[in-house]
Amino acid sequence: MLAIKNLTKRFGSRTIIDDLSMTVKDNEIMAIVGPSGAGKTTLLRCITGLEPVDKGEFFWNGTQFDPTNTTQKDTIIGVVFQDYQLFPNLTVLGNITLAPTMVKKESMDDVKKYARELLSRLGLEGKEDLYPFQLSGGQKQRVAIVRALAMRPKILCYDEPTSALDPALRDEVAQIILDLKKQEMTQIVVTHDMDFAKNVADEIQQVEQIQ
Amino acid sequence: MIQYIEEILPALLSGTKMTLSIFFWTLICSIPLGALVGLGLIQKFKPLTWLLNFYVWIMRGTPLLLQLIFVFYGLPIIHIVFQRYDAAMFAFILNYTAYFGEIFRGGFQSVPKGQFESAKVLRLSYGQTIRKIVIPQVFKIVLPSIGNEVINLVKDSSLVYVIGLGDLLRAGNVATARDVTLLPLILVGIIYLALTAVCTIVLKLIEKRESVWR
Repeated sequence: MLAIKNLTKRFGSRTIIDDLSMTVKDNEIMAIVGPSGAGKTTLLRCITGLEPVDKGEFFWNGTQFDPTNTTQKDTIIGVVFQDYQLFPNLTVLGNITLAPTMVKKESMDDVKKYARELLSRLGLEGKEDLYPFQLSGGQKQRVAIVRALAMRPKILCYDEPTSALDPALRDEVAQIILDLKKQEMTQIVVTHDMDFAKNVADEIQQVEQIQ
Repeated sequence: MIQYIEEILPALLSGTKMTLSIFFWTLICSIPLGALVGLGLIQKFKPLTWLLNFYVWIMRGTPLLLQLIFVFYGLPIIHIVFQRYDAAMFAFILNYTAYFGEIFRGGFQSVPKGQFESAKVLRLSYGQTIRKIVIPQVFKIVLPSIGNEVINLVKDSSLVYVIGLGDLLRAGNVATARDVTLLPLILVGIIYLALTAVCTIVLKLIEKRESVWR
């Protein structure tokens, strides 16, 4: 279970997130929704350690952790970015295997085996040796999901997973997220798409604009 | 005529050897140093970027010829004495590092911030990120600009003439003055053209190899 307590984030004198507390239960999908500019993405960036917080504590199963501490090799949080941010100079397999082999020092053979398993689970078999520019938007997103999963995170976060996809693919992502839930992956989805949120989420966290 | 060419060719080739030596050593030292300067130029630590910007400004803002003369004829006045070849290497490496540094800075800045963040959430260290993700992308971005400088360097190397090094141009000029014929200078031109042609081909091959990804 992920617990966030009394999170406050300011940019200069502007308070974006004010004293927010929330918990994400194991194997559940939490959707963070709210209007544009309300700070959904900022909240996600705090959880993923890309923004330092002004105040607040993070707990994983009761143990406090600091998301910005990048020396911790045991990843709690995995991220799928809105624009995926695959590494264009590496093949699909290279994108996936880079971090597990370099950061966790896992053997290349083991990582490749796991990567292929994940790829086929997400319908990407045969794409291992392609470069990101050769993939469609939906495929890139699935590669980004596999890349995050290969680090065996406890929680997988998505930033606006539907915003760059056409409506047909939207249902596909929903299906992927629900499938991952069946495999006991805890997930946080930031979205402005209320229908999508209602479709996939067990719990919905509203983020309001602070006046 | 063939006989005359055969006569002067050894001198020209020995000059070419000097030209190539300056060319290769400058590249081998300046490209990695330039990458470091470029990396330094994007850091947030202000004193470092001021210092590097000042260095780049001096090196790009004054003629390479002046820098050569300064190092070889000027510095001995304050008891810093370089041998001819060392003086040439010193000036060329300093000068080209500045140009490459500025090119690499542009390259580093054109890698999207999201790539760094993506690497960060995967727990890659800064060094790993730079090595595995940023440098390969920067290399591809800067390749055409580096190529221009490489071609320039072939020709700029002839400036060592002024400090009395026996490069290709000097060899040709000596022969022309001695034998009162245009032929040596024409041969010198042909050799420079051949050198730059080889550079162009090699650069094209590298660019082609890099085009497997976008």
